[in-house]
Amino acid sequence: MSEHIVSPKIYVAIFLTLMAGTAITVWAAYQNFGAFNIVIALGIATFKATLVVLYFMHARYSPRRTQLVIVCSVFWLAIMLALTLADYQTREHTVGRLAPPVIFNLVRT
Amino acid sequence: MHRTGELYGHFETLEQQKESAALGMWIFLVTEVLFFGGLFLTYTINRHAFSAAFGAGSNTLDLTLGGFNTVVLIMSSLTMAMAVWSAQVGKKQLVSIFLIATVVLGTIFLGVKVIEYKQKFDHHLIPGAGFDIRYHAEHPTAADNAGKIAEEKEELEKAFAKDPDLNAHAQLYFSLYFGMTGLHALHMIVGAGLLVWLIKGSFAGRYTPKYNTPVEIVGLYWHFVDIVWIYLFPLLYLIDRHH
Repeated sequence: MSEHIVSPKIYVAIFLTLMAGTAITVWAAYQNFGAFNIVIALGIATFKATLVVLYFMHARYSPRRTQLVIVCSVFWLAIMLALTLADYQTREHTVGRLAPPVIFNLVRT
Repeated sequence: MHRTGELYGHFETLEQQKESAALGMWIFLVTEVLFFGGLFLTYTINRHAFSAAFGAGSNTLDLTLGGFNTVVLIMSSLTMAMAVWSAQVGKKQLVSIFLIATVVLGTIFLGVKVIEYKQKFDHHLIPGAGFDIRYHAEHPTAADNAGKIAEEKEELEKAFAKDPDLNAHAQLYFSLYFGMTGLHALHMIVGAGLLVWLIKGSFAGRYTPKYNTPVEIVGLYWHFVDIVWIYLFPLLYLIDRHH
């Protein structure tokens, strides 16, 4: 079997990078970057997720067809997010301009 | 009869057999990505529409506990990866040790989650008739720091000034908080069950360089659950910390 064995050294290096990423995320959340706070938070999270997929989940050493499945999952997620958000952004009556959900009004104290 | 890694009739080679198992797990994970993706989408739309309420809700979460849990979960991913490595190089005892470490870390994560949920019950932050986002600021206990309570009150006043319906909208935040972390926790419980099954197998010395597919694919699942948390942590805990 031509299985690729990832060495513990790489695993520990990835782990330390993920820890550093978590620390930076918390630090950045306390800074006021305006609209960029969310961009930075999601950017770091995506970087961390990519490391987990590539090394912990061995995607980097997987056959092409497995890699294709992974890329497809991100692609379909992007379609769902992009089209739905485009719809909400371009319609006149969307969430927030409507009254709050009735159920939460009924139970308000 | 337990599998030991023999070649089944419908595969050409052992390598193909193993790759097929991993591919099957990946296809399941694709459905999971879209499953959680729907929740993240709901979150995005509501956070955009009710940003003051989402910020106020997020600031009630305990960042120390959330941060601690993030560290614990990433550590459990490391021990899971190490369990796979141990099986691949034939260190049978290490496989058991790393799997046990993983399930222990997973249990610590769930335990901390219980503490956090309990706190939300105590502070009347469960969506429903008793929900009151001001409750904690107005009913501080002896353990609370007076300065922090005053700060919390002031922040809530500002948030209510921006959104008079804050108490209703914050319930959306907490519905999503409990829905998303609850679903994540459910995945952790399933993962812990799978780990216990793996540990049993590892005690029997079942995972070897020739046959370690179960460790590998449960590992894929466990790392996926870790990735979900990597996104949940900043999105739920860190919305509005810089004010």
